[in-house]
Amino acid sequence: MTLLFDIAWTHIRGRLRQTIVSIIGVMLGVGFSIAMAGLMQGSQDDFVATLIDALPHVLITDEVRIPPRQPATRIYDAVAISGLQPRDDRRGILNPTAVTAGLRVWVPGTFSASLSGQGVIRYSGKEQGIALTGIDPKAELAVSSIEDDIRQGSFEALTATANGIVIGDTLADNLGAELGDTFSVTSASGVLKQFKIVGLFHTGISVSDNGVGFVNLKSAQILLERPNAINQIKVRLNDVNTADIVAARIEAETGYKSVAWEEANEGLLEAFKIRNTIMYTVVGAILLVAGFGIFNIVSTIVHEKARDIAILKSLGFRQHTVMQIFVLEGLSIGVLGSLAGSVLGYSLCWLLASIKFEIKGGPAEITHLPIAYEPVHYAIAIAFALASAGIAAFMPARAAARLNPVDIIRGAT
Amino acid sequence: MTAAVINGKQPAIEARNVTRILPETVPVTLVKDIDLAIFPGDFMAITGPSGSGKSSLLYLLGLLDLPTTGEVFINGRPTHDMDEAERAAVRLGTLGFVFQFHFLLEEFTLLGNTMVPMRQLGRFKGAAMRERAEYLLEALGLADHMHKRPDQLSGGQRQRVAVARALANDPPVLLADEPTGSLDSKSSEQVFQILSDIAGRDDRAVVAVTHDLDMAERMDRRVRLIDGRIVADTVQTDTMQAAEPA
Repeated sequence: MTLLFDIAWTHIRGRLRQTIVSIIGVMLGVGFSIAMAGLMQGSQDDFVATLIDALPHVLITDEVRIPPRQPATRIYDAVAISGLQPRDDRRGILNPTAVTAGLRVWVPGTFSASLSGQGVIRYSGKEQGIALTGIDPKAELAVSSIEDDIRQGSFEALTATANGIVIGDTLADNLGAELGDTFSVTSASGVLKQFKIVGLFHTGISVSDNGVGFVNLKSAQILLERPNAINQIKVRLNDVNTADIVAARIEAETGYKSVAWEEANEGLLEAFKIRNTIMYTVVGAILLVAGFGIFNIVSTIVHEKARDIAILKSLGFRQHTVMQIFVLEGLSIGVLGSLAGSVLGYSLCWLLASIKFEIKGGPAEITHLPIAYEPVHYAIAIAFALASAGIAAFMPARAAARLNPVDIIRGAT
Repeated sequence: MTAAVINGKQPAIEARNVTRILPETVPVTLVKDIDLAIFPGDFMAITGPSGSGKSSLLYLLGLLDLPTTGEVFINGRPTHDMDEAERAAVRLGTLGFVFQFHFLLEEFTLLGNTMVPMRQLGRFKGAAMRERAEYLLEALGLADHMHKRPDQLSGGQRQRVAVARALANDPPVLLADEPTGSLDSKSSEQVFQILSDIAGRDDRAVVAVTHDLDMAERMDRRVRLIDGRIVADTVQTDTMQAAEPA
């Protein structure tokens, strides 16, 4: 095999300029592939982490996916019921304490029962809709990172203030309200209640910052006229990756719709997949172009070295062996390009990660591009580059192997 | 049909009723009905006018080309049912080739070129391989040039390197196609002397296609081809006509 390497190496060294250009082609393909993958994966990871932080890992609601079968249809096969009107008002999760206690037995994580509903804020002549969530502040803090997003006041102040409310800073700005101000909230059924702002948060998610408010569970139950009711249980798992399995089991055991964070953001995660597909297609195209470079150089060498091929075959080299020489040439370019590309990719990642961005909107903050340093990105780029190099070299190599030495020797003489 | 055996020797190469036709639009017959046995120790010239099929016959004897009909035997072994890899293996271990042009690998030194067949076959390895390459180059008067590249040598010197390479795996048969065809008279004489020295040593057969009748006259056996057929097969000692055209 060392002889084949020696011959292959002398061939590509003899075409040094072309070889370097081909290596650069592969290097750019691999380098940009790694950098793009790192950037995309980094932004995706960052986004998902934010998402996981902001949302419960599993959200149990008082809905059911499949309406329960009526008793008559369960007993008699011939019974069919149509035009059945579902009950308008959802009753909430029945016996939530028992449900939560049942989950605590086997679900590794923390829970927070809440009651959600809609209301309208009236303040200094302005009206704005709000999604109210009645919570137990301590339990809520165990399942969400809202405390980290508090800009003024505190979330725990809800415990001490029975009519306290924590709202987004954007909503407060729109209303012209400040910490300590009091406004009224009217529920859909017309119940009015006064709330005092005890905290302002900024999550960076505009829907939350402009339309969500947290109040004590009791206050929400009074406002929404649903005493002792809850309609949501938020679950924060110790292992976020088990959310799908846990949600499915909860739903099977309780009958209530349980949505894992992946399902809740299915569209977004699908968009990531499409984005990654586009990225790898672009990278593949780059490496394909690099492959043409390799095809070109190996074809040229085969053409130039026809006499060498003839003599090697006359000496007793098999077709397969001759082919190996030229495939080795292509792979050598692929390997060198991949190594250089890996260094380039790492450098680009490092460079991108070091660029500082000043984000304005709320409190000014400086951030960096999120970059993921994943070995799998290098492995994919290198594998693609080597496959591209191998295929590109294979075609001229096969042509070389099939050369008839007699034709070449006759031509030479 | 049985292989010819003369003086208890089995032919190193034997062609039986070999015909080679190129399948062109108008088929071209290169050689026709060739029966030829090359014995160990033969120093044979294949002569004939241009286009008579000398080189074609050599390529068929060396398994570089396949006969359209007929069979070629190497050391009594039929080759017509061998696949490409088996024929390559026979060439590597049993046959040595020298062509009109040296066909050396330009990027390799003389030592490197000489070792190529040995590295591929693996019969000689490591220090033994290097020693043999050095021995061959020294024997051919190239001791001072071993680490030079072919483009630093004269035509005659390059052709001597080609001979060294052909002998690298110690093949029992050396096939040469116009080995002096591109050399001046002095270099031609040197190369001829080398081939002459090689022939017969350790029963090695040397078969050379040549236009040079003076050179052919000095060889032990002469086969003459005209229009792809053997018209004479003579041996120097008794000038016996051993074969007649069919």
